[in-house]
Amino acid sequence: MSTTDGEMLLDVVDRLFTDLTEDGAMRRARAGEWLGEAWSAVEEMGLPLALVPEEKGGFGIAASDALAIVRLTGRHALPLPLAETMLANHLLAEAGLPLAQGPASIAVAAGAPVPWGRFVRTLVRETSGGGVERVDSWTVTREGRNLANMPRDAVAFATDGSAATHGGLPVLAAGAAIRALQIAGAMERVVELTATHVSERQQFGRPISKFQVVQHEIAKLASEAAAASAAADMAAEGFLRGAAGGLAIAAARVRSGEAVGIGTSVAQQMHGAIGFTEEHRLHWYTTSLWSWRDEFGTHSHWAQKLGAAALAAGGAQFWQFVTEAA
Amino acid sequence: MMDAIHFASPPRHEGAETLRQEVRAFLAEQLKDRSPLRKSDSWNGFSREFSRAMGQRGWLGMTWPKRYGGHERSAFERYVVVEEILAAGAPVAAHWIGDRQSGPTILAYGTEEQKQTLLPRIAAGELVFCIGMSEPDSGSDLAATRTRAERVEGGWKVTGTKLWTTNGHNADWMILFCRTSGSTADRQAGTSQFLVDLKNTPGVTIRPIIDLAGQHHFNEVHFDGALLPPDALLGTEGQGWNQVMGELAFERSGPERFLSSIQLIVELVNVLSGRDSDLARAAVGRLVAHLLVLRRLSRGVAAMLEAGENPAIHAAIVKDLGAVFEQSVPEIARTLVDAEPDIGSDHAFQAVLANIMLNAPSWSLRGGTREILRGIIARGIGLR
Repeated sequence: MSTTDGEMLLDVVDRLFTDLTEDGAMRRARAGEWLGEAWSAVEEMGLPLALVPEEKGGFGIAASDALAIVRLTGRHALPLPLAETMLANHLLAEAGLPLAQGPASIAVAAGAPVPWGRFVRTLVRETSGGGVERVDSWTVTREGRNLANMPRDAVAFATDGSAATHGGLPVLAAGAAIRALQIAGAMERVVELTATHVSERQQFGRPISKFQVVQHEIAKLASEAAAASAAADMAAEGFLRGAAGGLAIAAARVRSGEAVGIGTSVAQQMHGAIGFTEEHRLHWYTTSLWSWRDEFGTHSHWAQKLGAAALAAGGAQFWQFVTEAA
Repeated sequence: MMDAIHFASPPRHEGAETLRQEVRAFLAEQLKDRSPLRKSDSWNGFSREFSRAMGQRGWLGMTWPKRYGGHERSAFERYVVVEEILAAGAPVAAHWIGDRQSGPTILAYGTEEQKQTLLPRIAAGELVFCIGMSEPDSGSDLAATRTRAERVEGGWKVTGTKLWTTNGHNADWMILFCRTSGSTADRQAGTSQFLVDLKNTPGVTIRPIIDLAGQHHFNEVHFDGALLPPDALLGTEGQGWNQVMGELAFERSGPERFLSSIQLIVELVNVLSGRDSDLARAAVGRLVAHLLVLRRLSRGVAAMLEAGENPAIHAAIVKDLGAVFEQSVPEIARTLVDAEPDIGSDHAFQAVLANIMLNAPSWSLRGGTREILRGIIARGIGLR
């Protein structure tokens, strides 16, 4: 698929996600409802298979465009396991296992809560040896939720699935890359919302964007969003590089995790009290961002992993390590 | 509005990676006796010998046309050389301004004769340049320049004072920004740029200003009716402001904007290596993550410059994020390691920590203050 076709596809997807995330739908999702019709709409477009190569049953969407779709799920805080399903199918295809029917998710070996565990129909389970297995049967032992009220469930597996080795990027790192992309998408939306808000909000007889202190805070937010965006590009490259991409993804997650902390703090402050309400949509993004930065490996996990690699390289080789890590 | 936060992806360039190994071998030899403390001087370290050696290797004026002594290589090859020499802590000051800024400005706006006379010698590492922009009453507000060049019989007569002129005392030439018509009320209009031969122009007095670190890099350069020849004018009379603005994307986005404290990171890694602590690993991981993303952003700007775009806002983002990062490093290092800053210490970490702390305040001032940059970024996303 050419880039122009890719851009057209992304435009269509962007519009679809806008339609699927109107206020009512977001409220229902946050109350714990499964948005079945919305899921059917993304399935009709073939999006769950976007990260699957054409020869393995995909639609021939360029991997970079598929990753841009992941970014859009973040931009819209899409309350569906689409990014998880895309990744699950990608992993299944890589391992030569049958693709998922319907929504799917990932169970990492470390045992973190499974995104959307109660609603999906297939799980890709990371085995302790780093392989993957396809699981169709499990029990949700605790229905949990992340800070954005999206399902994060503890599960127990009734039976073993069909296992396969997996020589590429570890499942945890692949999931971490997906979250880095979503973070970049949501950060971009937070910049837009905040810049618009301060331009419209009048106090002391003028838009608050006229105050230099506000301008400088917005500049700080925009710079953090730029860093998160570059980090996501780096994560995407790491994802496509496979087994060698782990450090790039680790670095992307550490930097974008920090961008979330600084950026959401500025955005909430600039929105004032209305941004701290359920009425205003800012919280869809900030609460999602707060959770994504610690999912598929916490911020601390990735920082320590990256730091351990740098310390192992040592001071004399430090710069070489930097130039070769990403 | 969101274009400002999206940066180009740096391209993979295999030739540049071969070059990187050549530069590393050269630096290993050149810097084998240079102490960690001196390496941490970053782009303040001054050595005409080193700059001439760089010129001999063809690593100055790399992107310029061969007929002006350049080497017609890509911006990415130049980027590789620049980041390698900075990361290694080489003494770059004797060629830094000329190679990065003055040369490209002369190339863009100079007459054929100016280009023929000056560029080959900059590319050879033989000419030291300085920048004559700031003044006592004109810092961030560059358009408030009072220094004036008056057209007289036989050329231009310059009167006024330039301040914070880095390396003015070592420089052979200055590119002077000043007023040629109107008054400070006219702001940007009526400003021009001149090439000043500092070693051969009567009426120019250079006085040292010692900085917080006790070092002499800054100068006050006083022009007392100094006579410049007619061909000293660089570019078009009255177009000084636009010419200067064109330099800034180059000045603000390079690796020097986030590598100023790299030697302290290296010494920190040396101290922490082998100590098995969650805190140390997480802190070093954070530093590496910042470096990788800043490097990507900076190389993205290089790609945009190469493509002929004007990434002024992106450059401001790189410089602001870079300075915040560089300045955070000494605070992080001193929190992690139980050792006092001590510039005379035999322990590299303590000496480098001291040197970095003493120099860090300048990093968010030089080349555009944090406040100016944030104003540019806010405008770039549509505020004002």
